[in-house]
Amino acid sequence: MSGNGHASFGAPKDGPIKGVPSAGVPAEGEIRIGVYVCHCGSNIAGVVDVVEVARWAGETLKDQGVVIARDYRFMCSSPGQELITDDIRKLGLNRIVVAACSPHLHENTFRTATARAGLNPYLCELVSIREQDSWVHTDKAAATAKAKAILAGGVERVRRNTPLDPLVVDINPATLVVGGGIAGIQAALEIADAGFHVYLVEKDASIGGHMAQFDKTFPTLDCAACILTPRMVSAGTHPNITLLTWSEVTHVDGFVGNFTVTVKKKARYVDEDLCTGCGICQEKCPKKVIDEVYEAGLGYRKAIYTPFAQAVPRTPVIDRENCTYFIKGTCKACEKFCEKDAIRFEQQDQELTLEVGNIILATGYEIFDARKIAQYGYGRLPNVFTSLEFERLSNSAGPTNGRIVLRDGVTEPKTVGVIHCVGSRDRNFNNYCSAICCMQSLKFAHLVKEHTGATVYNFYIDMRTAAKGYDEFYQRVMEEGTLFVRGKPAEVTEAGRLPGEEGKLIVQVEDTLAGRQRRIPVDMVVLSVGLEPRADAKELAQRFGISCSFDGWAIEKHPKLDPVATMTEGVFIAGCISGPKDIPNTVSQGAAAAARVLGMIQQKHMKLEPIKASVHAEQCSGCRICNTMCPYNAISFLGAEGVSSINAAMCQGCGTCVAACPAGAIAGTGFSDEQVLAQIEGLLSVGADGTPLKRSAYPVAHQQGDGNRPTPAETVRA
Amino acid sequence: MSTQAPVAPAPAEEAGRVTTFEPVIIGFTCNWCSYRAADLAGTARTKYPPNIRLIRLMCSGRLDPTFVLKAFAEGADAVMVSGCHPGECHYIEQNYKALRRFQLLQRTIEALGIEPARLQLVWASAGEGVRLAGEIARITEEVRALGPLDWPAGEIVDIDGVDLDAAWGATGGDPDASPGDADGPPASPGGAKPDHAAGPLPAAEASR
Repeated sequence: MSGNGHASFGAPKDGPIKGVPSAGVPAEGEIRIGVYVCHCGSNIAGVVDVVEVARWAGETLKDQGVVIARDYRFMCSSPGQELITDDIRKLGLNRIVVAACSPHLHENTFRTATARAGLNPYLCELVSIREQDSWVHTDKAAATAKAKAILAGGVERVRRNTPLDPLVVDINPATLVVGGGIAGIQAALEIADAGFHVYLVEKDASIGGHMAQFDKTFPTLDCAACILTPRMVSAGTHPNITLLTWSEVTHVDGFVGNFTVTVKKKARYVDEDLCTGCGICQEKCPKKVIDEVYEAGLGYRKAIYTPFAQAVPRTPVIDRENCTYFIKGTCKACEKFCEKDAIRFEQQDQELTLEVGNIILATGYEIFDARKIAQYGYGRLPNVFTSLEFERLSNSAGPTNGRIVLRDGVTEPKTVGVIHCVGSRDRNFNNYCSAICCMQSLKFAHLVKEHTGATVYNFYIDMRTAAKGYDEFYQRVMEEGTLFVRGKPAEVTEAGRLPGEEGKLIVQVEDTLAGRQRRIPVDMVVLSVGLEPRADAKELAQRFGISCSFDGWAIEKHPKLDPVATMTEGVFIAGCISGPKDIPNTVSQGAAAAARVLGMIQQKHMKLEPIKASVHAEQCSGCRICNTMCPYNAISFLGAEGVSSINAAMCQGCGTCVAACPAGAIAGTGFSDEQVLAQIEGLLSVGADGTPLKRSAYPVAHQQGDGNRPTPAETVRA
Repeated sequence: MSTQAPVAPAPAEEAGRVTTFEPVIIGFTCNWCSYRAADLAGTARTKYPPNIRLIRLMCSGRLDPTFVLKAFAEGADAVMVSGCHPGECHYIEQNYKALRRFQLLQRTIEALGIEPARLQLVWASAGEGVRLAGEIARITEEVRALGPLDWPAGEIVDIDGVDLDAAWGATGGDPDASPGDADGPPASPGGAKPDHAAGPLPAAEASR
């Protein structure tokens, strides 16, 4: 490593470079490439001999047009970028290759720098020798050889790069927010307050989400409804928010700035314009149904219902499955008593088409199904409750009016066990920590003490109380006398065999601090269940074109630096869709996503990657193979000319048609045959040991990557 | 460290040490899933053998079969094709097209005398960095066991020099095209249409 942080190899020279093959190179001739190898501190230089890579490029790739090759400590820094811009100006470079981190991180940085020096940004290539080399390999010699190969691939490729101009599209200022929980509400309010229109789509009958079910919120213990309902009302009455509850997004078309979204508005069987939300219909409806959603199965609702008293909107929905009229054809009690004649049994599902520029997904989570852990007895032992059930029990608006009682509905527990990490940090179920369960369990301990004075045991693996005020709350709960047992319970059973165990639930646990097995008899067990992605998470991700991790959480554009954006431009995420979060984090993300969207709206226009396919009409045979390849219907057949044609605005740039065209008549910018074939040549110019790789003698497909000639492989194209 | 064993003397062997064969593998990744999985493997510092070199395409559907054959011709010992899992394609369904081409290519390379295991398909979502690293390690070991891609060594014959009309006439092998053809696909004596052509354009033959 050179002392001043950078070195350069390959003397700059003037005049045309001799002996450079010209296939695929623009006619203006001389290619002058600058190569920049980044140390990234020790991130790359610790494994890859970056000085050697730069030296090698300056010497070996001279014939490929490399005029200058430098290494530098941090290419993304201002001085690093200045190396590039200065060289472009002084050495007349017309191609740039930076060997550094993933293009997903800094491609834009270096392309912008290239453009600053007056060169088309698409003449700059970033090749990854960090994520794909120094970070994943330990053998320094092999990693250095691989870095050379990767760099040679980039050099060969950049020779075939052509100047491209981004497509400029308008950004529709309207925004779609999917999910009416606290994240979606926050995002919608922020954008609406800034003066732009928001469509807030919620699949349930009311907005509010999980937070509306909670009693108190940790660590401050303010009542969830008290802080949430004002926000819900604001969202419901805001002039810039169109609330679409009991609705689901079924289809998304288009691209950033110009999405067309189809929303299915399910029939409520109630006229929303006429209904005043007086509630008489719910009072008179004779059909009681167990409320599995809002009351977590502990309470009842009617067949016509609003999920809870403070629901927004106040308009009820009729549950068609359970409504006596829909089952038997008679009843209509609601219709009889409705003073505004707002009941509409004949109402049908509606399809709405919305035009929006950006989308925020805030679809939240589901709770882990505690039945999966049979040894804890949920669903079999009546007095084993889930955390969500407990929330409803302790909620003064819940089925017991806030009385914490056993499943019989009368008896107050004398002893309660709270089991942490149910379904979380468990290799059988979910490896991750659900982030909220420690605090929620502490809250339960406090509430049980406060409401019943019972003895409370918390069974934990590790206590994780890392946020503002959280650890203080933990200490407070300890001071209140809650007993903490460090150990993951093996089972919860009603098979008592020792004195004092009859009629109790026995928690069998290894107390890892005391170093012994314990049997702790309790009256009630609360399972602090973890959070899971929604069951339809993958379907939803596909509908909106975003990625999910293998367990179903949405993937951020960058987990640290861009946590609310996704890989799909114009689609943002907020809240628990990307992983378990507490309320403060969820709200922050809602606001952050809104800020990102507002930034987009204020730009008014946006540049799109010019990676598009186009048909050379004179080469097109009119076979129409490509016509059915395109998932976006961007390719049409021009009958008069007898050739196919691609609509650039609709083309998303996947390149499938380019690969499929048997005549090689479709060109794909940014990833042309020439570029890819040349990159293959470059990648394979260096062997595993760093010496030149001897290529196969077999004649098949050995050709210059000019893409103009028919190739043997064309007949196997699908 | 030889990659083309028949002709290249292994430098390490000269030093009197027993070395393992280090294959060179080209991996085609898609911009949205598998390339990001590779990024994630990097961010998480998940180690895998350095034998693979990745090429980013926008979509696995962009994979032109020529790319794969080109990689073999340029000296790759194996090729990995990867993309989003079926049903999770960023471009809706284009990975199914890659799947079709992969299956066709496997038959084609077999006809060319290349073991099908040298062309592997790996689906990897953007979250599956560890899985992708594991698959790369597995492929590397499988290819290491197979040894170097043992195509007949000899003079490189550029397709530029081949009379395409003659080649497409299926009259058998161009003598210049497959010199020293000992272990490779059998050369046709000419005249009759061969089952597995060894002439200049076996790929074309195999798919007819």
